[in-house]
Amino acid sequence: MDIPYTVDTRPDTGLYNAKAGIWLFLASEVMLFGALFSAYILLRVGAPEGLWPLGWLNVPLGTINTLVLITSSITTVMAWAALKVNQFDRFKLFHGITLLCALIFVGIKSFEYYDKFTHYEVTLKDGRIADGHLKEATDTHVTISGRFVEEREELYDLHKHKAHGHETITIAREDIEKLSNYGPRHNTYMAIYFTLTGLHALHVIGGAIVIGYLWGPGSRLWRKDPERFTNRIEISGLFWHFVDLVWIFLFPILYLL
Amino acid sequence: MSEKHHDEHFGHHVRRYLLVFYALLLGTAITVAVSYVPFTNHALNIGLGLVIAGTKAFLVAGYFMHLISERKMIYAILAFTVFFFVGLMFLTVWSFYDFPPLTITR
Repeated sequence: MDIPYTVDTRPDTGLYNAKAGIWLFLASEVMLFGALFSAYILLRVGAPEGLWPLGWLNVPLGTINTLVLITSSITTVMAWAALKVNQFDRFKLFHGITLLCALIFVGIKSFEYYDKFTHYEVTLKDGRIADGHLKEATDTHVTISGRFVEEREELYDLHKHKAHGHETITIAREDIEKLSNYGPRHNTYMAIYFTLTGLHALHVIGGAIVIGYLWGPGSRLWRKDPERFTNRIEISGLFWHFVDLVWIFLFPILYLL
Repeated sequence: MSEKHHDEHFGHHVRRYLLVFYALLLGTAITVAVSYVPFTNHALNIGLGLVIAGTKAFLVAGYFMHLISERKMIYAILAFTVFFFVGLMFLTVWSFYDFPPLTITR
């Protein structure tokens, strides 16, 4: 059975079916991310003065990931343009680069997540706060590479209170009142950071799987039905550009501002 | 289509996409730079950052996603999306000023 309107446009919509479908899907995606952006705004505006984290994320890594996604966006659209002019080899090259960019993005994001999950804030029973990366944890003590701060506020705005030099700090378990890493439970900023970037990363992974399939086994369709294959690349490309578009907003609001 | 025409057509697309690509790179550099400018009001950093992000988003949606010249049906779908998205943001901002009676603020 032939699926109708995979290549030809429907007379009523003026589009082939997959294109109408992807735009309806992207419209729902805008509302999904919109709701989370709304949550971000409410959390940020509702945070007590001086207690919204600034400078907690690695700006060079975030910038590199932004450049990686921008690069993947142009290679995606150029892969589609190459198919439009029957240049399958160029398509393979450009889409291969897109796939590579997706893997680099996920790799960098994973490194950033690992960094947060091994970063700890330790509140001591005497009121002091130690902050740094975990080196060792035993039944009797915890060792971190970091620093002591007098007030918790010093940990929030790292643009104002830069950490100068790290020392190895060993703390006995019995002296610890609270120990928590910078995971989603740490505070509302980390919760919304992991929710937004985690959902975005799932989109990157999902997109990469589709792009990988179309670059590899799925590309056999080119020989049988080139127009239909070109349309598939356009659809996956629209999704990929949307993923880039979301990151364009995530990067400044989470990393820079 | 002849081979020469293919190459010209492809070259035309590539030039346009490359221009957008360079603009996006520049936009990213400006976004990072602006975030470090010590304006007296941090809201200015946020406002500028969002304006640049909006411009970058327009370039991606307009040229990479071809929204600059698309079918009416897609514009119709997006008109609904924009309406509800703006409505959502309006409700979000409205909630800041929606205090119960007798509330005392700083």
